[in-house]
Amino acid sequence: MSVIDSKALLDLDPALATDLLVRFLRAEAGKFGFERAVLGLSGGVDSAVSCALAARAFGPQNVLAILMPYRTSNPDSARDAERVVAATGVQSKLVEISDMVDGYLDQEGVQDQTRRGNVMARARMIVLYDHSARDNALVIGTSNKTEILLGYSTQFGDAACALNPLGDLWKHQVFQLAAHLDLPDEVSAKPPSADLFEGQSDEDDLGFSYAEADAVLVRLVDHRWSQDDLVRAGFDADLVERLGRRIVINQYKRLPPIVAKLGERTVNQDFRYLRSWGH
Amino acid sequence: MEPSIRLAQVEPTLGNLAANLDLHLAQIGQATHDGIDLIAFPELSLTGYFLKDQTSDVARDLDAPELRSLIEASRDISIVVGFVESAPDGRVYNATAFLEDGRVLGVHRKVHLVTYGMFEESRDFAAGECFEPIESKHGRFGLLTCEDVWHMDGAYLYFMAGVDAFLISSAGPGRGVTRTEPEDGEDAASELSSNRTWRTIQDGLALWTRTPVLYVNRVGWEDGIVFAGATRAVDADANLVAGPLGLDPGHVDVTLGSTATRRSRTRTPLRRDEKPWILARGLAAHTGLVPPSRSEPESGTNPG
Repeated sequence: MSVIDSKALLDLDPALATDLLVRFLRAEAGKFGFERAVLGLSGGVDSAVSCALAARAFGPQNVLAILMPYRTSNPDSARDAERVVAATGVQSKLVEISDMVDGYLDQEGVQDQTRRGNVMARARMIVLYDHSARDNALVIGTSNKTEILLGYSTQFGDAACALNPLGDLWKHQVFQLAAHLDLPDEVSAKPPSADLFEGQSDEDDLGFSYAEADAVLVRLVDHRWSQDDLVRAGFDADLVERLGRRIVINQYKRLPPIVAKLGERTVNQDFRYLRSWGH
Repeated sequence: MEPSIRLAQVEPTLGNLAANLDLHLAQIGQATHDGIDLIAFPELSLTGYFLKDQTSDVARDLDAPELRSLIEASRDISIVVGFVESAPDGRVYNATAFLEDGRVLGVHRKVHLVTYGMFEESRDFAAGECFEPIESKHGRFGLLTCEDVWHMDGAYLYFMAGVDAFLISSAGPGRGVTRTEPEDGEDAASELSSNRTWRTIQDGLALWTRTPVLYVNRVGWEDGIVFAGATRAVDADANLVAGPLGLDPGHVDVTLGSTATRRSRTRTPLRRDEKPWILARGLAAHTGLVPPSRSEPESGTNPG
């Protein structure tokens, strides 16, 4: 069996986590003079949790949730996103991305599903960052730790943000927070989907469940188990190897671009300062 | 009259000495007004913590204007402050100064720099080499800086020196939000697992030395890392006597109860029964570092 009981490793204290994440958003945005937030709302559980946390941190009137469906998106997604808007009280806006996406896809004749999905994710990024500049609002991220480690996101697309409250939460913990934050059941109950085309499912794409991934990843990453330790404990060897490989091959998505070092001090190598520098 | 001590859980701004000095002076002014004898600030309170390449920019010697103004302020109240010390030989330390009556009573340079996980102190600081008690008019204090407490040597040496209290200053990041089942008798209040660990260490330190433990941590965020507060004080029996504070700036006041400490040490005379020569002999046998000694000299006699 690949999901050995992982409750003790994964179950979080949702009130404590919520308090910290609300403080995080408020403190890190406030440090740079921001009091407003903008985020993309897909109708899925991740963006719903980010939205609810942002609403608590900045006040719902200071959060703009943008719904950005493409013409092949599941109509249920927009309905679920509307439920999140109603539950959190945030401002919302609908920006159809079909025309801007098709303008490029048609021109280039792009048929490949991955390329099409990436273009949609990056189109949404353009919309969010434009509204960020318009409203003087920070883009709040919606990528959880499981998908960041798996590389299940589009670089400079849905992964792009200024602050990410979910980046150190396993998918299991995102579901726990969704329940704690009283988000609509419809958002948590459905199978997670990138919704790049109707009927898409994350777990079909990945070939394993989030529960399986969380159980392996929390041990590999947080608790420094070796892959052999996991197999000896009864985890499926093939799954463990695939997950381990995904972490490695997607490391590039998690880091800034590689800079060729020529001088004495090089940005991101030996020019070492926090973003909080002077703030 | 037992001294009153204020543990000031502040939120410094990273690398902004001027703003942090103002913060300190305001807190010192308020504490003086409140009749406090000693105010203690957290580790690197004057500079912020994750300094990286800012370390050299904010390093100051004891004659620097920022330190001079704090030394001056110590005419009215004793002050414990964290700063980056620029030593005469060019080395830079994670340092804690004890200021009193307009002078520097002592500087503790962090011995156990933490360089694992999210920490890289050994990259930026030289390590201190000793644990010398501070002889203050308010008592004998053992200063420990954060990771110093995770090793046993400093606490043990201060214990052997008979300090009246441990004063732990920290810039301790919070982590660990997994749910834990409360043990019997404990309430199920939310607590970061890092704070739970800190609490356990402080209580243990008090119990095996029968010495009060004063813990002052900072709050605030530096690039997504939260400093987890939980400033608190326990007496020599590890009873909570102040705090714990939460994640907001604030302070707690504690009176150092010498009578309670004396009673605790009378009931449980651990220091009397300590056998340091066994430690010395063991260290000599295992590391060759310490020459063995047959017995502990009596108090007040020349150890030679």
